[in-house]
Amino acid sequence: MRLVIVGASLSGLRAAQAARRAGHEGELIVIGAEPHLPYTRPPLSKELLQGKQEIEDSALPVDELDVQWRLGTEATGLDRTRRRVRLQDGGEEHYDRLIIATGCRARRFDGPGAHLDGVHTLRTLEDAVALRAALASTRRLLVVGAGFIGCEVAASARSLGVEVTMVDIASHPLVPFGPALGKRWAQMHRDHGVELRLGPGLEALYGDTGSERVAGARLSDGTSVEADTVLIALGATLNTEWLTGSGLELDPGVACDPTLTSTRDPEILAAGDIASVPAALAGGARVRVEHWTTAAEHGQLAGRNALVAHDERTAHTAPPYFWTDQYDAKIQALGCPALAEHSELLELSPDGGRFVAACVQGRLVVGVVAVNAARRLAWYRRALQTPRPLTELKEALAQEDATLGSPVGAMP
Amino acid sequence: MIKVHIDLNLCQSHGECVAIAPDLFQLDENDFISWQEEVDDSRRADLEAAVNTCPMTAIRIEG
Ligand SMILES: Cc1cc2nc3c(=O)[nH]c(=O)nc-3n(C[C@H](O)[C@H](O)[C@H](O)COP(=O)(O)OP(=O)(O)OC[C@H]3O[C@@H](n4cnc5c(N)ncnc54)[C@H](O)[C@@H]3O)c2cc1C
Ligand code: SF4
Repeated sequence: MRLVIVGASLSGLRAAQAARRAGHEGELIVIGAEPHLPYTRPPLSKELLQGKQEIEDSALPVDELDVQWRLGTEATGLDRTRRRVRLQDGGEEHYDRLIIATGCRARRFDGPGAHLDGVHTLRTLEDAVALRAALASTRRLLVVGAGFIGCEVAASARSLGVEVTMVDIASHPLVPFGPALGKRWAQMHRDHGVELRLGPGLEALYGDTGSERVAGARLSDGTSVEADTVLIALGATLNTEWLTGSGLELDPGVACDPTLTSTRDPEILAAGDIASVPAALAGGARVRVEHWTTAAEHGQLAGRNALVAHDERTAHTAPPYFWTDQYDAKIQALGCPALAEHSELLELSPDGGRFVAACVQGRLVVGVVAVNAARRLAWYRRALQTPRPLTELKEALAQEDATLGSPVGAMP
Repeated sequence: MIKVHIDLNLCQSHGECVAIAPDLFQLDENDFISWQEEVDDSRRADLEAAVNTCPMTAIRIEG
């Protein structure tokens, strides 16, 4: 059996390791567009940017995997009838089973001034190295987009003493966590000296006359922001172009059943940011999760499942888990907070620095957000294997004696 | 027996290991990790899952 994996990042690596561990003795080929062996991305906006880690530290251990790496090689097409992946260099790889793990890339700004020097995005190691070098001589950084990566870079830049303006069309940062918690994140960034501009969007970037270097941005409310470095953090775009015409169902991720098998072809599985998979917390609807842990779990499962027939494959059931580090807050989340209609505080430490909030849709808790409360989160993980009514979760919580403390009043 | 190591400089208390094997890994009230250092071979699959799911790649196993 010839197993081919396209995408040599976290989920591709985990798939390769799991396939070998599960006894795959045949050929194992991993095709990756980047020139590097797999590395981990979370430090790129945090430790690496802050200078607390070096490039080598982000390498993922690759063990003594017996893999044929095809690095620096992009897959450009998929022919399912001949079971071939077409490569950019004109070559082809034949597969018996295929795992798609091509993830995402940073979405770019395509308005005026997008081409100017000093305008960055952040997805790859090269991006992080370039941004780190730029920050060393930046007076004011403009972060466009107050999502996870934008907020993390704003925090990292502040720790380096760089002035930061962050803009977003939303009324608060970290939209997936909802408006109540959003006020808290906004305050956290302001407390650390970030100038937050919420509401207006980016209209255009401009340079000084006769210069190709960015000098600032015009916003949709007519105001402008001066900045000598700009980070465009407008989310991610799926790397699915190579699947055009393959006949696979794209929704726009690769549509899969719970075993990560593509809906149109049992020989093809998907893993990580690109996989769209039914989730219990979403009432069985397919969701795509762009977070580290899900990519690691998907990879491990896809690697095992690819070795067996479709009806012997097991389902992915773990609710999403993700985290973000900003200043001294470790924010951890479980489930699908983005699906919630409102949030409710469940636990709060006496000093206010640690808390847990439930993200509620109808009567059901669909997610939990914890700040500096890792141990408590472990309890919720066990409690939230399936969606539960908020009342029931509160009853279970009342029996718990190790909580942070009970919240009095409204959201922190 | 399998030896389990966690690099405390790397561990950031994500609790993935705790979720996978709560009897082998625990977080204390200060969110510090503690773990069983020698584990029976029968638990290899759980340990490997913990190694591969720890976001900090802080866990190593030997033997
Ligand atoms: C700066 C940054 C910080 C992050 N921080 C966190 C965090 O704190 N917490 C968290 O939970 N998550 C975080 N994430 C998200 C996490 O890193 C991703 O969920 C994870 O990388 C997904 O892994 P993946 O293997 O599915 O896809 P990717 O990592 O996107 O890898 C896909 C790979 O496929 C390659 N590829 C694409 N197209 C082709 C092609 N046609 N042919 C061959 N190869 C191709 C790409 O070059 C890439 O190497 C962060 C992401 C970034 C960018
Ligand atoms: S999963 Fe890794 S980072 Fe998390 S608690 Fe365990 S060892 Fe620490």
